[in-house]
This record gives sequence, structure tokens and C-alpha cells, in this order.
Amino acid sequence: MRRMYLLFALLLAVSACTAATTDTTLVTTTPETTVDEPSSTTEALTSFPITISTPSGDVEIKAMPEAIISLSPSATENLFAVGAGDQVIAVDDQSSYPEESPVTDLSGFTPNLEAILAFEPDLVVITFDPGGIVDGLNAVDVPVLLLPSAAAISDAYVEIETLGAATGHLGEATAVVESMQTEIDAIVDEVGSQVEGTTIYHEIDNTFYSLSSHSYVGEFYGLLGLVNIADEADPDGFGYPQLAVEYIVDANPDVILLADAGFGESLETLQQRPGWNSMTAVSSGAVIEVDADLSSRWTPRSLIFFRDVAESIAAMVAAG
Amino acid sequence: MNRPKLPQPARPGIWAVLTGFAVWLLAAMAGLLLGPISLPVGDTVRALADAIPGVTVDHSLTATQTSILYEIRAPRVVMGSLVGAILAVGGAAYQGVFRNPLADPYLLGVAAGAGLGATVGFGIGANSGLVTLLAFLGALGAVIVTYLLGRSVGNRTATALILAGVAVSAFATALQTYLLQRNVETLRSVYTWVFGRLTTVGWGEVGRLFPYAVVAIGLIYVQRRALDVLSVGDEEAEGLGLNVKRVRLLVVLAATLATAAAVSVSGLIGFVGIIVPHTVRLMTSWSYRVIVPLSILFGAGFLVAADLIARTVAAPSELPIGIVTAFLGAPFFLVVMRSVGRQT
Repeated sequence: MRRMYLLFALLLAVSACTAATTDTTLVTTTPETTVDEPSSTTEALTSFPITISTPSGDVEIKAMPEAIISLSPSATENLFAVGAGDQVIAVDDQSSYPEESPVTDLSGFTPNLEAILAFEPDLVVITFDPGGIVDGLNAVDVPVLLLPSAAAISDAYVEIETLGAATGHLGEATAVVESMQTEIDAIVDEVGSQVEGTTIYHEIDNTFYSLSSHSYVGEFYGLLGLVNIADEADPDGFGYPQLAVEYIVDANPDVILLADAGFGESLETLQQRPGWNSMTAVSSGAVIEVDADLSSRWTPRSLIFFRDVAESIAAMVAAG
Repeated sequence: MNRPKLPQPARPGIWAVLTGFAVWLLAAMAGLLLGPISLPVGDTVRALADAIPGVTVDHSLTATQTSILYEIRAPRVVMGSLVGAILAVGGAAYQGVFRNPLADPYLLGVAAGAGLGATVGFGIGANSGLVTLLAFLGALGAVIVTYLLGRSVGNRTATALILAGVAVSAFATALQTYLLQRNVETLRSVYTWVFGRLTTVGWGEVGRLFPYAVVAIGLIYVQRRALDVLSVGDEEAEGLGLNVKRVRLLVVLAATLATAAAVSVSGLIGFVGIIVPHTVRLMTSWSYRVIVPLSILFGAGFLVAADLIARTVAAPSELPIGIVTAFLGAPFFLVVMRSVGRQT
């Protein structure tokens, strides 16, 4: 779990570079159907070859992929969620869900072209391209989907639909997105009015990296009406600002969310930090430990985290 | 044989000392009064006066503001002073014993060793206390290996020692890079550490560093005349009755131990050990009897000021202090070098 959290942490910087791109017309099939059509046209969409639009350009997939490699834990979850799990032959060492995913020692951070090719993939999904992996795979005619980490909830929907279209499961993908939308609406309906106006600090690590509303999870906090203290530190919309400690202490958030709980941080360690005992959240114990994996991946599973955290905050607000 | 002449003057001028003290005091006061959160100046000054033992002054800071002042800002200012003084004096001491203007504690592998130790710490998921200890052991280990390697080379000169330091640094850095490649997920923690942080410093860390600072700075201060004698060369220094080996070992040990302790708490903060002593040297005297005491004052003031910039310029975010010291220090040093060069 800790490894996953850190994977996410590293990806922040990468996503920041590409965060602005949320192209909604992302898929064009040959010859003329588009993904924006309702799901009744799904059958037509599963025909190959298909051209998939990604933030970094169009990718042509000639036939239904049967040997997919995912080098992104979120993409792994999303591939399985849209029903393409059987087509996945290998996933990176950070992918931890679902359990049946074929975990290998392939790395998404320091990907090795030869190691990837040894699996003879017909589609590779990565979140960032540290060393010319896209060019290398293209050179041997392996299509690559470079899908950056989600900076907004809509980015997650786009990724899920993209993966659905690329693997012949657009119908399922659309259904997954719809159920995510429904669940988020339901959580906001049920809990939003109870927690609105509550101030929060979401801690990613003990050097006070946090996330603002310009992030996947932060956008959800905003939908609930929570006030995120990190927003003031993120005027450029980077999404993951590092806060000054006295700023946090002075902001005195109502609730503290510890995504670094798996890293050893807890209410007890917060109490030992210089000056933190003056914060009401620390003295009253309004500290919620959150799962680093669930709170860092833009997948259907993140809704488990969304519901848990919303209900936990509501319970704390109710308790005063 | 002519008796070699030691650099003069032999003690810092009163004005230089007063200036150094004023710079430090100014930086410290600014460091206490300014920050990402603005505290009311009048009340903050009164609260600071209130903190002096035996003095009672009323102030109307809230509990949160008091915590920020006493528990967050004050230890940072004290820690910045200690680390700055250690790095600056350590740099001066190394330059003296090795007669090498580019020498500083990092040269003998302190930085690379500490970095390796910290990386191992982050890699095994150690808590910050253990990371500190491992960084300290790494720094110390690297210097011991450097020393043994340097001694094992035929003529046992200062050059051999420095070359050994370069080799040990390269080796430790390679090992660190390898570990990072194997455990990419720890990259950012290490990155934060490598560029230095006084972010989470509290009185506990100050207490841990304090004895090292006092002992090391005291030892180097006592040996300041010996450093002047060394500047005339090993043989001449022996001729003047100095136990060169003993002085060198003592000074290197003191500077290394203190630097390792400082680095393990604050991360790697570069340039201080080069810039501060050289600036002092260029502006006052080449005598270590002047450079050592002034480096203590100016080093402390410089780092407190750099830390103030680090935590205010991008508020409410923070910059790594090592970036500030490099960004400010390098051009500043060039200006000093050029202006002094023109005068002569």
C-alpha cells in the first residue's frame, strides 16, 4: 500500500505537466462513429481497426488487443473494471488490484523496452513516458496509450471510456462511468449538506504535500462543499502544493485526512509535531486515516474511499 | 631559515564582529517576526520579551499564534543559526587543514555518505529519527573510509585525502542512485531531504544538534591559530613546533562530526561552507583567527536569512532551503569576488 501511495506521489509531478488537457472528443472510430454517441451504438464501436485520441495524439489499434500490458495501477484497475481483464497479460509491479491481475516485475517508473517487448504485447498502457518508451514501442509497431494521471473526475471518465474503446468494451465502460456518476451524486446528496463548510487538510506526506481542488480527489471534496486549506497555496492549479507548517497550524482545519497513515503518521505523531497541539483537529482527535491506494487512484474503486471519507467527516461534524 | 610570516591581522576588528552580530540578530528577529502567517509585530515582540527568563510582559497573541512563534519559528531560527554556523566554520576549517580553497565538509564524502544513509532509511520505511541516525552514520562512515583510503596512499598528503574523498563520494552516490532506481517510490522523500529542510524542526532536534555544535565550533575556534600556522606548509608548520598530524585529525574530526550531525537533521544545504568563509576572507583577512569567529556569526545569519526566504517567498508553500542558498549564494559570491578583484 505504501508503495502505491508513493507511486501516486511521484506521478503528481508528471500529471501537473499534462493536467490541462481534458479533450472530451477523445475517440474516433473508423469510419465515422464517435464515442460521444449513446451506448446503444456500442456494437458498432467494437469494430477494429479503431483510432483512439489521447492527450498526446491519435493511436491506431488495428485489431482487438489480446495481449495488453498496463504499467499504471489505475489503468490496471480500469481495464479490469471495463471487462478487459482477460486481455491483460502483464501489469507493473505497483499494480495491486484486482488480485487476479498478472503482476510482473515490469516497472512503470523505469520501464525497460526489451522487458516489455518480451511479453509480445499488442497494446501498452502507461501513465508517463520517462525514457522514450512510446517511441520505442511505436518503432516496432506496438500501439501505446499514454494516459496521464487524472487531474479531475472527468479525466477518470475519459480514461475509462478510452480504455473501453481501445479494448472493445466501450459499452461496459460507459456503464461504469454512469454508475460512478450516479454514486458520486448519491454521496453528495446524502452527505453534502451535513459536511458543507467543514475545512479540511489532506496530508499526502510528512513534508506537507497536500492536494487542492485542482486534483481528482480534491474535486470530490469540493463537490461535498468541503473547504480545502490547500487551495490558497495552489493559485496556479498545480493540484499538489506543498504547504508551510505554520500555514497549516494557523489555518486550523476542522478535519485532518492522513493519506500517509500507511507511512506511520497518526493522531499520535501529529500530537508530537511542534505546535500542532494548538490545532483543534489534533486536540479533539478529528483525524481520519485514509487508504493511500484508494485515495490516489482515479478508478471506480476510489468511490469506496469517497463514501467512507464523506461519512467519516459527517460523523465527526455530527459529534461536534 | 627565515621564520615564515603568519597572515595578519591576527584578530577580527571590533566593527566586523559587531556587523556580524548585527546581521545575525537582524536575520533572527526577521525570522521570528515574519513568515507565511503574519503575526502582529507589537504583540510578537512583547511575547518574545516575555519568553526571556525573569521577564514578564503581557501580550495578546492567541494560543495558535503563540504555538507558531515558540514551537515552529523559534526552533527554526535557532536551528538555522546552529546549522549555518557549523557549515560555515566547517568549511573554513577544511579549507585551512587542506590548504584548498574549494574544500568543505562535503568534499570528504559527508554529503554523499549522508545521502546514502538517508536513502537507505527512506527505502526501509524508517521514521524520521532513524533516517537522521542513518544519515549521520553514512556521513561518518564515508569520512572514515575516505580517511583510511587517503592514509593508505604512499605519501599521505592532503591531496591524497581529497582524491579519496572524491572517489568515496562517487561510490556512495552511485550506490544511492542504484537504490533509488530499485525503489523509485521513495524518490520524492529523498529529493526533499537532499535539498534541505528545516520544515519540521522542533526543539527536540535543536537539543540533539546543540552539543555537537558547541563542541565542534569550540574545538575549531581553539585551533584557529594552528590553522594559520598550517597555511605556511606542513614542513614549516612542523618547524614552528606544530603537531601537524594531530591538529589536522582533530580539526577534520570536529568539522566532520558537526557537519554530519547538521546534515542529518537539516538535509543537504550546499554552498554555505564555501561562500561564507570566502566572503569573510575576501572582505577582511586571510587569517583564520579572523575567518573562524566571523564565519560563525555570518554563517548563522546567512542561513537564518536563507530559511526566511525559503518559507516566505512562495508562501504558503515552501522552497527547499538548499535551493535558496545556492540561488542567492553563488551570484553573491561572484559579486564579492569581482569587487574585491577590482580593488587589488
